[in-house]
Amino acid sequence: MAGLIRFVGLFALALMIFAAVLLVFGKNPIRAYWDIFSATLGSSYGISEVLVRMIPLILTALAVALPSRIWLINVGGEGQLFIGALFATWGAVNFTNLPAWLLLPSIGILGFLGGGLWGAISGFMRVRGWASETISTLLMNYVAILLVNFFVFGPWKDPESANYPQSAPFPDAAILPSFFGTRIHLGAVLAIVGLILFYFVLSRTRWGLEMRAIGVNQEAARRNGISTSRYIILLMLIGGGMAGLAGMGEVSAIHGQLRPSLSPGLGYTGFLISWMAGGHPIGIVAAAFLLSVITSGGDILQMTHRIPAAGVHILMALILFVVLARRGGKPR
Amino acid sequence: MNRSPLLTLRSMTKSFPGVLANDHVDLDIYGGEVHALLGENGAGKSTLMKILYGFYRPDSGEIRLNGQPVHIRSPHDARQFRIGMVFQDFVQIPAMTVAENITLFLPDLPFVLNQASIIKRIEEVSERYGFKVNPHAPVWRLSVGERQKVEVLKLLLADARILIFDEPTRSLAPHEVDGLFQVFANLKRDGYALAFITHKMKEVLACADRITVMRRGKVAGTIKGSEATESSLIELMFGKQIEEALGRRGETPADGRKPLLELKGVNTRSEGMAWGLKDVHLIIKPGEIVGVAGVSGNGQKELGDVVLGLEKCTKGVKYLHGEKYTDWSVAQVRESGVAFIPEDPLGMAAFPWLSVQENMAMVNTRMYSKQGGLSMDWQAVRSDLQASLERLEFNIPPFYVPLGFLSGGNIQRMILAREMAHHPKLIIAFYPTRGLDVQSANSARRILSTSRDQGAGILLISEDLGELFNLSDRLVVMFQGRIVGESTPQEISMNEVGYLMTGSKGENKKSD
Repeated sequence: MAGLIRFVGLFALALMIFAAVLLVFGKNPIRAYWDIFSATLGSSYGISEVLVRMIPLILTALAVALPSRIWLINVGGEGQLFIGALFATWGAVNFTNLPAWLLLPSIGILGFLGGGLWGAISGFMRVRGWASETISTLLMNYVAILLVNFFVFGPWKDPESANYPQSAPFPDAAILPSFFGTRIHLGAVLAIVGLILFYFVLSRTRWGLEMRAIGVNQEAARRNGISTSRYIILLMLIGGGMAGLAGMGEVSAIHGQLRPSLSPGLGYTGFLISWMAGGHPIGIVAAAFLLSVITSGGDILQMTHRIPAAGVHILMALILFVVLARRGGKPR
Repeated sequence: MNRSPLLTLRSMTKSFPGVLANDHVDLDIYGGEVHALLGENGAGKSTLMKILYGFYRPDSGEIRLNGQPVHIRSPHDARQFRIGMVFQDFVQIPAMTVAENITLFLPDLPFVLNQASIIKRIEEVSERYGFKVNPHAPVWRLSVGERQKVEVLKLLLADARILIFDEPTRSLAPHEVDGLFQVFANLKRDGYALAFITHKMKEVLACADRITVMRRGKVAGTIKGSEATESSLIELMFGKQIEEALGRRGETPADGRKPLLELKGVNTRSEGMAWGLKDVHLIIKPGEIVGVAGVSGNGQKELGDVVLGLEKCTKGVKYLHGEKYTDWSVAQVRESGVAFIPEDPLGMAAFPWLSVQENMAMVNTRMYSKQGGLSMDWQAVRSDLQASLERLEFNIPPFYVPLGFLSGGNIQRMILAREMAHHPKLIIAFYPTRGLDVQSANSARRILSTSRDQGAGILLISEDLGELFNLSDRLVVMFQGRIVGESTPQEISMNEVGYLMTGSKGENKKSD
């Protein structure tokens, strides 16, 4: 309880500091906060948009949370998301004749595989002792984004798009279905299933037990015959796959074609969410909700108050400090 | 000894959550004496010394130095009062020279260092006390015994008068122990006060002027070294007589049997400062204990790891149960009936934040899983653990608490119970009694000798020569990654083993 009061207090402090920043720029912070609130949680449309934004965030958070159980630091959610989107796009624009019931699962698998392979490369390099996964995942983000740029500026550029760097639009059969007349799409089911599996595997299964063992004492785990190398590659593969699914969802349901502006840092925000939540599934949902509201709010501020998009990053950074302060600065 | 004590501790009390580590402890330490603190694990010796060195604050009690009450709030304060401590793990930078390491420790260094004068002082002091340490040698080249002397030199150059040693003989070879005791004698002569913590009875009797025995946080008694005997000390430590429960057998019935384990010409990579194995041949038969003697860091760890399958052979072949197993994974080796009893359960075998039963399941997660891994059969885990604990006559701890909440001794017992639960055919025992008190060590030894009698083969890696001679049917000695001697305890003397261990057979014998 004391922890909650502390958290709320520190959160309020972060909001106050950001209010001060807004004042410096000559904006009215109360108006700004009110606009954020009413635009996100004040209407059913606003809430649905918050949920839409939560889908990729939960998936990229899982991409970080899963490897973090054995102390792998996956900073590569962003790159894995882009490669997932790239693979999914390849499927969507090349197999346009397939019916939806075949095409959708295929691009889902492709998205998972793309992100998974991208993550597994870092896992493999870590196992061989070539590079720390923290460094390699981070660097490969840039490679992934450039790779997507290469395809949309080059071979995959849609000839009918007036020279815009984007792929041909997805056929209808490759668009994830949405629900209730909103933009909430089938990716939400993937995110929920991902969360449930994450919890179930960790707490109930033999593999979860072995993962927790590696997390607690890697030396002892190896001496008990648990192959840490296998888990490193596997968890980077599945984690990357989660981010790949997020990319698949974004490119298919939200954009409908591959664009360089696919992700406003969804992978990095997922990293933040995972560490805010301490890797706990309920915490991931809560943190994803919070950051979804804040990033949506960033768009509002940009549109109605002409505050640059970077402005909201100040608020996100302040929130991160709050989270670290709550734990006394110690990572779990 | 009519002088007043240099240091007086009165009614020191310190509690940790759930434990009263020191309960009104009184202690006097005089200048010019070697004072041994003897006691079981958790008797409160280390706590008391750490209070003295300012690591812990006592709940109550008084420390007087030369009759003046003092408050020691930090190790920095302790050094101001000229109290110094030599830890088990040395705080040294391997890449730097002895002189540089010592210089770093000295208080009030000037902005521009006068390295020459420090080296001169090091040479004077080492000359005086017989240290024979070269100030220009980089620390990584030194043996454990020499590195310990560097620690003592640090304290002496920083003007300490009271020196506390935390289990100083733990990783020393026999002749290095003698060297250390010689240093003790020299320091004593010059009026230094020395306090040392130990479990080892023989050392206490060999060099202590006075002995304080602690039991469950209290002083059980202080006696003069000249008047102490092994049995009187044991009685003070435990309050009752316990017999040495070691079953040694004269004959080796293993002779005719087929080897359980065979290493043929095995080599491994050497990593960092440790030696890799070089052309190691070793056979273990069912029903025998093969003891491995050696100064730590000479390839024993690698030998254990190669047998376990953790370390890969770069050359050579391994056979287990008559099958070639050079390329088996650790999991395959473990599942074929190989147990591993580690020196440091918390570091090498236990998972402190997992529950007791989860720790138990770790011995073979595949066997205890159901539906191909989707869930775990905790019922079976618990009943196996229960049965094993009962067989070994250990207390039953609660199964749902994190293992790390148990005491060190109980963690060790829990790991023993886990490893013995499935009647292993081959046991790799890695310093199994290191750091254990006499009673726990005896029970660990009893487990090994019972398993041997029931037909298990045991690889016993230890630095306690008494233990090796008592338990082993055959002995091998390792030095710099090679097996340099093989014999039976009946045919070789401890001294010979000691010299083989240090690679100085022949030459040092003459000078000794």
